[in-house]
Amino acid sequence: MNDMSPAIELVGISKAFGPVQANKDISIRVMPGTIHGIIGENGAGKSTLMSILYGFYKADAGEIYIAGQKIQIPDSQAAIAAGIGMVFQHFKLVQNFSVLENVVLGAEDGALLRPSLAKARKQLKTLAEEYELHVDPDAIIEDLGVGMQQRVEILKALYRHADILILDEPTGVLTPPEADQLFRILGRLKTEGKTIILITHKLREIMDITDTVSVMRRGEMDSTVRTSMTNPADLAERMVGRKVLLRVDKTLAKPKQVVIEVRDLNITDEKGVHRLKGVSFNVRAGEILGIAGVSGNGQSELLEVLGGYGKATGEILMNGVPLDLTGAHSDGQSRRARGIAHVPEDRQHDGLIMDFSASENTAFGYHHDPEYQRNTLLMDNAAILRDAQGKMERFDVRPLNPLLSAKNFSGGNQQKIVVAREIERDPDLLLVGQPTRGVDIGAIEFIHQQIVALRDAGKAILLVSVELDEILGLSDRIAVMFDGQIMGERLPENTNEKELGLLMAGVTDGEAA
Amino acid sequence: MDFFTIIQLGDASVRMAIPLLLACLAGLFSERAGIFDIGLEGKMLAAAFLSAAVSYTSGSVWVGLLAGIGISVILSIIHGIASITFRGNQLISGVAINFFAAGLTVVIAQGWFAQGGRTPSLPKDARFNGLNFPGAVSRMRDKMQASPGMQFYSEFVSGHSILVYLGILAVPLSWWILYHTRFGLRLRAVGEAPEAVDTAGISVVRLRFSAVIICGILCGIAGAYLSTAVQAGFTKDMTANRGFIALAALIFAKWRPWYALGACLLFGLFFAIDIRFSNIQLQVIWIMALLLSCASGLTTYAVRREKIDVIVLGGLSFVLAGVAFVAWFATASTEGISIFAALWETVKVPSQLIQSLPYLFVVIVLAGFVGKAIPPRAGGQPYVKER
Repeated sequence: MNDMSPAIELVGISKAFGPVQANKDISIRVMPGTIHGIIGENGAGKSTLMSILYGFYKADAGEIYIAGQKIQIPDSQAAIAAGIGMVFQHFKLVQNFSVLENVVLGAEDGALLRPSLAKARKQLKTLAEEYELHVDPDAIIEDLGVGMQQRVEILKALYRHADILILDEPTGVLTPPEADQLFRILGRLKTEGKTIILITHKLREIMDITDTVSVMRRGEMDSTVRTSMTNPADLAERMVGRKVLLRVDKTLAKPKQVVIEVRDLNITDEKGVHRLKGVSFNVRAGEILGIAGVSGNGQSELLEVLGGYGKATGEILMNGVPLDLTGAHSDGQSRRARGIAHVPEDRQHDGLIMDFSASENTAFGYHHDPEYQRNTLLMDNAAILRDAQGKMERFDVRPLNPLLSAKNFSGGNQQKIVVAREIERDPDLLLVGQPTRGVDIGAIEFIHQQIVALRDAGKAILLVSVELDEILGLSDRIAVMFDGQIMGERLPENTNEKELGLLMAGVTDGEAA
Repeated sequence: MDFFTIIQLGDASVRMAIPLLLACLAGLFSERAGIFDIGLEGKMLAAAFLSAAVSYTSGSVWVGLLAGIGISVILSIIHGIASITFRGNQLISGVAINFFAAGLTVVIAQGWFAQGGRTPSLPKDARFNGLNFPGAVSRMRDKMQASPGMQFYSEFVSGHSILVYLGILAVPLSWWILYHTRFGLRLRAVGEAPEAVDTAGISVVRLRFSAVIICGILCGIAGAYLSTAVQAGFTKDMTANRGFIALAALIFAKWRPWYALGACLLFGLFFAIDIRFSNIQLQVIWIMALLLSCASGLTTYAVRREKIDVIVLGGLSFVLAGVAFVAWFATASTEGISIFAALWETVKVPSQLIQSLPYLFVVIVLAGFVGKAIPPRAGGQPYVKER
């Protein structure tokens, strides 16, 4: 294969955003008909590099060669013309359009729609047979599951005759079976001679399906190796630049009394959709209960009710005393008073006020506490600042500047601010939603350690995560949610990803075991 | 009410619906592309003034129409530059255009014609006049005596200005453009998911500007219609908030062309009632029944809603009920009869109440009373490429 010219070759690509050097002198060669992985922490410059390749940004320096030809990519149109297709992490689909309309959009044949749609319908049928990408062309996007929506994105690229397919974190929203199916499709595309670039932070995926892998760190290309010549620990070390623990280091749990007891919890939302259906479980002091499941199966609603800003029927006993579930007398404040702390799933919307400073954010929710008051009228800003400084030091928040507004911190450091605020209040129960979503490996390790330390201090922890690795690594007990129900409980040592994946896909307890 | 009165009412409804319809379709193109346009009112007003002024000076109504469209498109482009190019706040830019037009039209009119901020009355040649279809009778006496079919043809179908037919025709045309052309597909896409359009290699900016310019053209026609067809000349604030009513109609119509026709005809009907029956006599008991059923309807709806709706709609129904009882007792005391006898008394419905009907309906529509309307998803947000 070495005598062929590479499908893509990037030479010396550099790109700066103001003082931040996002890409520094990056060179890659990807041979045709291979799957090439690009791995790196958040902010390592992977997305910037791919945006340059897809014409979103113009590189400050460097050259791009496609199939040996030097080309310029000033906009997406040029990238499409050069045979590059991109599947973004957040799908770029029009939600209330049909599959057909989405595929045709931007690749119409003439001013009238009818002939274009007819041609696309025929084309989709051929593509479906060729690559086993079956989708109903008349289905409306918002009615499709994420796995199907991703197929539409791939079909969009293929319809535009893409030879090079770039996928950005494609498995983030998929169940394990869906991810397997995606990998089968990618394998099929590869055998048909397509070149695939897979951007991910999941080491296992890299090991499973790529032929070669490039590691990026802080805007630079660390190394490119054959996947068969490396292993996960080695890749993780190259990504972070130091040794990292891939497994959470923890001792066996010593569960004590029940802290929270949830009985027959039901939630119906404003549209009348039954979101939670008779959910019951408990969490004991000194243990971590992990709730696994694909997002959107009721976990968010569960956290909202426990956190005090949702309505439900049923019963929740906190230390033996019922919590208000009507929403009338409950909010985050009253829950905190009962010893429940909450690290919300969406830190940017619910966990932080992005335009406010880190110090203000470390006090929010607890800002009525006496230690923050100077007198009955005024708050003690100096005390808040001092307190924030301390928390940020203990939780290694960088940059260590309490006056910087929250939006200027990276995802991992934002999350550390939220975790610091909630954990340092010494709650009886900590609710944690997606603690490491969009957080880089170094910070993941740190946040996991903090959660385990809180457990070892005898607190109860309810962990909701869509990352199976995280659930398996952290939890002392695992409950799997599907369609508003708990499909089953497992102990991490007695189960595996496959079994959990089946439960997450709605296979009933008996069948999965 | 005899048949001819109904025909006349329908005729007036269409006449009054046309400016609303054109403005509504203007808003539809703009909002479907993701640009909220609260400046419909200002653009119509500016167009109404300039087309009247140019028609008067040039003597040609077509030149006037072009001038009206021209100024409206210029204002649209300003809105586009503010909200698309500079990613400014679309509401503020729209409000600015409204103030700009409200003030400047009067000032310039005064400067040019010195007739108290209005244009001189337009002579017949400088106006859009009714087109008489072949075979249609035009004299009122002939119409009254014609057969129902002939009445319908002569009064309802024939006799409108060309802009009316143009406005009606704009509905299927808009529908066809939106749902059957490449441009329409892209336009709808850019209001829902501009990022999808952008990654497909299409310029979001160019698409949105074309939508905004179409909006300007339609607003221009709507404004010109008001000052050169409905009335013969420009008067201060002659659009009478029709731009805002058009926005309400757009929500009522769920951003669809055919629904927009229905919504605008309904609003047109309210205006027509005001014009044709400024003097409605009703028995007190009917007035009370009407007002109280409105009030109770609003209340039952409001209690299931959020706090703000309870306050607004509840307050409104309280006022309605209050008016009903005031009307009742006031009748009894002015006539000097018993409370019960007053129920059967006939009184004149205040013309202010009739006049306020379309605006009252706007409040009800905007309170979400008439079904749930989902606006274009990316509406109101400037598009910024994400990293």
